[in-house]
Amino acid sequence: MHEMSLCESILQVLEQQATAQQYSKVKTVWLEIGALAGVEIEALRFSFDVVVQGSLADHARLEVIEVPGQAWCMPCGRNVVVQQLYDLCPYCGSHQLQVNGGDQMRIKELEVE
Amino acid sequence: MCGVCGCGEGHSHSHDHDHEHPHDHHDHDHGAEHTHAPGLSPKRMVQIEQDILAKNNRYAAENRRYFGERGILALNLVSSPGSGKTTLLTETISRLKDELDIAVIEGDQQTARDAERIRATGVPALQINTGKGCHLDAHRVGHALETLQPKDRSLLFIENVGNLVCPSAFDLGEAHKVVILSVTEGEDKPIKYPDMFHAADLMILNKTDLLPYLDFDSEQCIQYAKQVNPRIKILPLSAKTGEGMDSWLRWLKAELELQRIDYA
Repeated sequence: MHEMSLCESILQVLEQQATAQQYSKVKTVWLEIGALAGVEIEALRFSFDVVVQGSLADHARLEVIEVPGQAWCMPCGRNVVVQQLYDLCPYCGSHQLQVNGGDQMRIKELEVE
Repeated sequence: MCGVCGCGEGHSHSHDHDHEHPHDHHDHDHGAEHTHAPGLSPKRMVQIEQDILAKNNRYAAENRRYFGERGILALNLVSSPGSGKTTLLTETISRLKDELDIAVIEGDQQTARDAERIRATGVPALQINTGKGCHLDAHRVGHALETLQPKDRSLLFIENVGNLVCPSAFDLGEAHKVVILSVTEGEDKPIKYPDMFHAADLMILNKTDLLPYLDFDSEQCIQYAKQVNPRIKILPLSAKTGEGMDSWLRWLKAELELQRIDYA
């Protein structure tokens, strides 16, 4: 979805942090993206390169740490791994699943100079 | 909601532990960077740990506080284009406007046609054109509130851009996302666009008057929606014939009443 606006948000954070953290160039950006975050990683990479052109992060490398989706299965009473929001519990087949992990999209850290 | 537009010199949480350190979850080759040549700025690692949508979420929290303090029920209406959102709204407004204060924020890429349709019912409406944007964000809604100034203890509908994908990720500060799915769209929409149905608290199955002419499998549709979101409530409705409107109006009034409780 909206990968372009996500990249614009990322760039805003990079620019905001530049003063606080005293850097002038971003070389690498590590993102943590959950499997259930609704982010298409290839589209994100494409948009990132476009959005950062001419900025302090021009030509920065984008490293994506993919986090698997996780949900609490109510009948089983335990966490299970899910790939999609509509997945059923792999053990009992229930859809009474509450997503509790893998829906994040975070900037983890940066390599800067 | 941010005073002067320029805008949002918000609070960036800067972490002061900007250290170079080993990582186990990914590797980066800083071998060379450690031999700092004089005069060259050395590369270093900076921990950020910030949600990409943090800025939107801060504005959303501001909006939510604004609604909370004023007892306003804000609903974020989402759907594909052509699901009948605006007709549902005009029908809803015409039935409720004598007993409740209502205001509407309309989001569309272009034109003020929807806001005009709403204003024709006699309630204030503000159009936001997102231009090339595919969703409303909390910042624009905050500014819309400054202009629209919804009354205390009123009902505020935010009609999002017709899009079943992007608006799901952007919290506007609403009490609930209400997803509208019309029976002309196919029963598998909830699993084709799971993010939106997962994010919504209520699904309105609209245009039920057309069911006799379609192969739409309502039960299957409801099952798909519950599969994606076990908590979702579902109201079948026809804005045209009025079938199911009573339940929808009762839901609105009950939610508004909850919002109006004066919490300390």
